[in-house]
Amino acid sequence: MRTLMKGNNALAEAAILAGCRFFAGYPITPQTEILEYLSTRLPEVGGQFVQTESELAGINMVLGAAATGFRAMTSSSGPGFSLKQEGISYISSMELPAVIVDVMRYGIGLGNITLGQGDYFQAVKGGGHGGYKTLVYAPSSVQENVDYTILAFDKAEEYRTPVIILSDGAIGQMAESVKLPEGKEHDPNKFEWTLKGKDDTYPNGRKMTDRIYYDFKYTEYDPHIRDRYSAMEENEQMWEEVETEDAEIILVAYGITSRVCRGAVKAARANGVKLGMIRPITLWPFPKKALHKTNKTVKAYLAVEMNACGQMVEDVALYAQGTPVYAYPSGRVIADQEEILRIVDEIRAGTRKEAF
Amino acid sequence: MAAVKEREIPRSIYAANSFCPGCGHGLVLRLIAEVIDEMDIDRDTIGVLAVGCSCLTNRTLAIDLLQSPHGRASAAAAAIKRCRPEKLVLTYQGDGDAASIGIAETIYTAQRKEKITQIIVNNGVYGMTGGQMSPTTLVGQKTTTSVKGRDPEVSGMPLNLMEVLKSFEPAYMARGSIHDAPHIMKAKSYIKKAFAAQMAGEGYSCVEILSPCPTNWHMTPEESMRRIGEEVIQYYPLGEFAKGGDQ
Amino acid sequence: MEKQFVFAGFGGQGILTTGLIIAHIGAMQDKEVTWIPSYGAEMRGGTANCTVKISDELIGSPFVKKIDILVAMNQPSIDKFLPQMKDDGIILVNSSIVKDVPRKGDIRVVEIPATEVCEKISYSRGTNICIIGALAACTDLFGKECYEEGIKHYFAKKPQFHESNLAAFQAGYDYVAKE
Repeated sequence: MRTLMKGNNALAEAAILAGCRFFAGYPITPQTEILEYLSTRLPEVGGQFVQTESELAGINMVLGAAATGFRAMTSSSGPGFSLKQEGISYISSMELPAVIVDVMRYGIGLGNITLGQGDYFQAVKGGGHGGYKTLVYAPSSVQENVDYTILAFDKAEEYRTPVIILSDGAIGQMAESVKLPEGKEHDPNKFEWTLKGKDDTYPNGRKMTDRIYYDFKYTEYDPHIRDRYSAMEENEQMWEEVETEDAEIILVAYGITSRVCRGAVKAARANGVKLGMIRPITLWPFPKKALHKTNKTVKAYLAVEMNACGQMVEDVALYAQGTPVYAYPSGRVIADQEEILRIVDEIRAGTRKEAF
Repeated sequence: MAAVKEREIPRSIYAANSFCPGCGHGLVLRLIAEVIDEMDIDRDTIGVLAVGCSCLTNRTLAIDLLQSPHGRASAAAAAIKRCRPEKLVLTYQGDGDAASIGIAETIYTAQRKEKITQIIVNNGVYGMTGGQMSPTTLVGQKTTTSVKGRDPEVSGMPLNLMEVLKSFEPAYMARGSIHDAPHIMKAKSYIKKAFAAQMAGEGYSCVEILSPCPTNWHMTPEESMRRIGEEVIQYYPLGEFAKGGDQ
Repeated sequence: MEKQFVFAGFGGQGILTTGLIIAHIGAMQDKEVTWIPSYGAEMRGGTANCTVKISDELIGSPFVKKIDILVAMNQPSIDKFLPQMKDDGIILVNSSIVKDVPRKGDIRVVEIPATEVCEKISYSRGTNICIIGALAACTDLFGKECYEEGIKHYFAKKPQFHESNLAAFQAGYDYVAKE
């Protein structure tokens, strides 16, 4: 049976089901329910919950827990997610698995606690220093909060990488029916590389730091990093196609905005307009395979997202291979279905300015 | 002529350190290694380093080690201890790491009574970056960012970590020094007591150790040791600050 | 079929829970449902509200543009959401609190003095359940038993209120059915 759950609670429960037994974080709207939920739920399953003094401590406790092989997660939003970036870079350099949730709010600086999609660049382009990449999942429903949180833990271990769940205020706050899968048991001792006290394999002890120091020759390190990220880029692209086969114009949207776009596609089709949608599920790697498939057949892309200037639209343009790309950054209000249809009409009439 | 005793290297030291000549870190690490050996816990100890000269520990101490971001060692260590409560978990940090950029983590590790041991080597400067003023630089002490000497009107008074942490009622807390042999032995006993408190599940423990940085103090090793004994311990009194200690 | 609800009132009136119960009932009937509260800055403006969608198909945006059913527990809610009402929509009000509902086109206004109705059955905390009873009576969304089952399920951890809840539901239902 499906049960009605709030997005943040469902995400938190999914972490438990994935075998996550460590959470450290700090309150910030609109992600706080994750913290609240896990504060009671984790002790019930023998896990560790810590409300830290700051997001800095939160991400670094996750770093420590991940180093021991435990499935560990932290969550935040906007400003708090910014504070976690240094830690994410370190976790990347040490190649540790961890899941970091950003329930996006709107705006620059303090911004607004309502929903938004302004952290695309930060999540997708390596928000911290040094040029790392992380898998980024963008759930668009409460069910996907569950499914991709569980997947995130698996992928984090498969590639030994931090994985970001880029949710938003609407997906986090809304309630929908969800089906929860069976829980998994995780064995923190299954990897030999995790900190557990030295043994015969590591007579001098494990040295867990930036892998450039101990595990690679300087000449081998950069190729290793390139191989690592190309493997993720090649194998992990995920997306959903909605009526793209014969589409004349394709909307590109993720998360909460994609739900408005889904309505727009339906409405346009009802009026005989061949509109489709590509919904990236992974934002990194961006599903360029999807665009490469439709570049030959489609007349234009319209990137719809909830920020002031457009962010994802840059990636759409990067992979459009010359196909015209238009932008509808809806700012601090969620995209409007009628406005999408109006812009589509403008594109078809040739009166809309391209994004770049 | 008395037989010269062959130099013994603790089992938990696996390679020569690369600290500057006269640096105190090598001595403190030796004390930690000796204690680990004596307690026979080298396979049950996990250390956390952060950033600064202290992180060179990675290349000398033969235990599992994690190097966290600057200042965050105690947060990472607390998480490790929560996941692996049966292990001895220690941090090895400098004063810049633990008392400046990581002061929040240090305070809240103590406040939450995380069952780890913080070992903080206080040499009053940022060593690795070339001798800048640190939170523990003494008044009047010249550094590359206080060239006329630390001015309390500009930079405030040096931070006394033991005073800051006392109110959180640690299981064990002490400040030692390594400026002469008796103090070195005393410092070692502090480390041992802190580890014992942790192993007994008593709570948070911390040992601060006053240590020389001849390179950035622009002194000889001998002058540096004398400075600690004559000047530094005046501002940073030694002793045990928690658990029936003498302060 | 896709029905779009707004539940609105003062913070503390239990309006978000009322919406959640309706969503819960929909979910139990294996419908697609969304429930989303307004939160943050908007909450300080006098009305707290949530929107609920119940549909046979996958729901796009959880936000409501045109309202089928508005459940209003205070005057500002009516003023705020009246412009968004569908022409054939229903406004359900607690007339113990809301005294003056402006009429507009063919919009049906259902008034129930839920506070007084619940006082009569000595269950003053049952206003929201009473409103759900009224909602069940003035719409043909689900059978009455679906509501009763849903309410019982929602409050499964508080079995001591089952009887009173069902009484409040019945009182609300009867009041509107008799209308």
